[in-house]
Amino acid sequence: MEDYILLGHGNGGKLTAELIETCFLPCFKDPVLNTLQDQALLEIENHRIAFTTDSFVVDPLFFPGGDIGKLAVCGTVNDLAVGGAVPRFLSVGFIIEENFPLEDLKKIARSFSRAADTAQVRIVTADTKVVEKGACDKLFINTSGIGTINEGIDFGSHKVAEGDAIILSGDIGDHGIAILSSRKGIAFETSVTSDCAPLNLLVHEMLPYAASIHAMRDPTRGGLGTILNEIVQQSGFGITVYEDALPLKEEVRGICELLGLDPLYLANEGKLIACVHPDGAKELLSAMKKNPLGKDACIIGHVTKEPPKKVVMETRVGGSRFIDMLVAEDLPRIC
Amino acid sequence: MKYLDEFRKKEPFQAILSKIKSLPLTEISLMEVCGTHTVSISKSGLRSLLPPGIRLISGPGCPVCVTSLEDVDRVIMLAEEGRKNKRYIIATFGDIMRVPGSHSSLLKEKAKGSDIHILYSPADALTLARENPEKEVVFFAVGFETTSPTFAATILQAQREGLSNFSIISNNKLIPPAMEVLLEDKETTIDGFLCPGHVSAIIGTAPYQRIVDRYQKGCVVSGFEPLDLILSTYWLMLQKRDTAPRVEIEYSRVVHPEGNAKALALLNQVYDIADASWRGFGVIPKSGLVLKDAFSAYDGTKKFDLPTPEVATPHGCRCGQVLKGMITPKECPLFATRCTPTNPVGACMVSSEGTCAAYYKYEQ
Ligand code: SF4
Repeated sequence: MEDYILLGHGNGGKLTAELIETCFLPCFKDPVLNTLQDQALLEIENHRIAFTTDSFVVDPLFFPGGDIGKLAVCGTVNDLAVGGAVPRFLSVGFIIEENFPLEDLKKIARSFSRAADTAQVRIVTADTKVVEKGACDKLFINTSGIGTINEGIDFGSHKVAEGDAIILSGDIGDHGIAILSSRKGIAFETSVTSDCAPLNLLVHEMLPYAASIHAMRDPTRGGLGTILNEIVQQSGFGITVYEDALPLKEEVRGICELLGLDPLYLANEGKLIACVHPDGAKELLSAMKKNPLGKDACIIGHVTKEPPKKVVMETRVGGSRFIDMLVAEDLPRIC
Repeated sequence: MKYLDEFRKKEPFQAILSKIKSLPLTEISLMEVCGTHTVSISKSGLRSLLPPGIRLISGPGCPVCVTSLEDVDRVIMLAEEGRKNKRYIIATFGDIMRVPGSHSSLLKEKAKGSDIHILYSPADALTLARENPEKEVVFFAVGFETTSPTFAATILQAQREGLSNFSIISNNKLIPPAMEVLLEDKETTIDGFLCPGHVSAIIGTAPYQRIVDRYQKGCVVSGFEPLDLILSTYWLMLQKRDTAPRVEIEYSRVVHPEGNAKALALLNQVYDIADASWRGFGVIPKSGLVLKDAFSAYDGTKKFDLPTPEVATPHGCRCGQVLKGMITPKECPLFATRCTPTNPVGACMVSSEGTCAAYYKYEQ
């Protein structure tokens, strides 16, 4: 372990996992936290509740397809939704740097409220702090969310089984590329916009088929490659992904090749993956495709027994290789 | 980009693969010199498809990996000094940030507060210099013939603008001298080279002709797609079968025998050829590019009183042998145990083009 925090400790990949394991888990020691899911599943007097929190430090604050306000709603809503919960309430905390333009703050607040309307969640509590110039960069937002879980719904890596189909809800990498394209120093022209969207609208269409859904996750920072690795680590199974089957915009692929990025590790903010019993996969897929957020959904791989705890990619030319977790910080402050 | 799909299809690839399998030749060791080739081979699973006697061994073609520890240490020390005097901005490409020096890395210095920028192009460093006239912007220039012309152009631009607060520390290196050193080495077995596509686009094929003439080893300039690589492998096998080593260009959609005259002229205008120190190889004569005296004002090694670091080579790291293709990373006892991408011991585990990193990520 390093002596100082590096940017890579926040990228959602290996270093983040190491930090959580060595610094936080030993202090907090809570069985619910230890499950390391995107949300905490709690039972309070026979009510099943999902609870989650997330902080947003994206740079720049406004990017093609969204802004930090919309992102702060979607990020938390999505963490609840992939747990099978119906998101209900949000809290929001603003940390604002002195001298921040009020006009921008109003714009972000409006966008925040629009996103909450779309996601049908209420903003029920909030906090504001201002720090002196230089103590934070422009604006950071934290949101927490509460959702309710209907009876019979139980998603989690523990339920993943051999033969499960891995369904991905659409193209990967759009958010990462949209952020990169608007960064100072590397800005380039692209029509790719962030996929930032509230996934509960899509999950709503999927819940009738909940019996065949074993696990659901949203591949945000760290990308698809990292989230698949988390699933194999937690379930003990392997996953094989077919390179041919990965949905990816031509433009995203081109930019990745130019800049030497791997789309498997680019962030997404409106995509989910589901591990689904093979018998139910087709039905679920057609239900997903009816929703605009799932119109490009497809099966990208399967859960396998061997090799345990590894993600394997069958390459286009018929070879095979491993997919590892994200290691270096490909891009800091993407969410 | 769409046209590249043609080079990624299964059918033509499999067709060449079965031709390879039907050749009477069952043993051959070919070195891919370029780090991008290494990654492409690992990523496409090419090695997993070839018969076991057809060995693709990785060479010294990752510029970050061959940068000597001493050179890394020196820039780290400059970054430390910059944190104290608040005057230096260090600029560099991403991969070198995490390379472990003897006692620290640029990434760690950045976390401690040194002003270090990761850039995608040397030209961005000029912007930094213009925006920070009171500071010295120093680019830690690492790369082969591919990136060196861009640095040369950047220096000429700085000169035109009269930007006096910009300089580079040149660790630019030349690939062909390293290939010759490898062939001289009695401990290596190389039957032919998959020559680097991008480098060859600049230098052309003359240096490889020398290798064919002097050492009777085949040289095929290869592209980066799986189909390019398997086709080049097949050609080199044919050359060996027929004992007819020669230079061939598989990557003809980009590479011409005479290279890129404009880029070569730029290199000649700005750089002199000098001896250079390579990780794992030691000093290779006439393998480095240093700024001509006329550009001393932009030469960080002259502008700053660069310290001589006390070098502490990482214990047990066998990067040197990996870079020479003498062992595969899996033969290093530290591989995937003490040395991982999160906790790299040597440079070969850090760089995205590093052989150890490619094996760890895709083939472990
Ligand atoms: S695995 Fe690590 S220690 Fe071994 S040679 Fe590679 S970089 Fe060096």
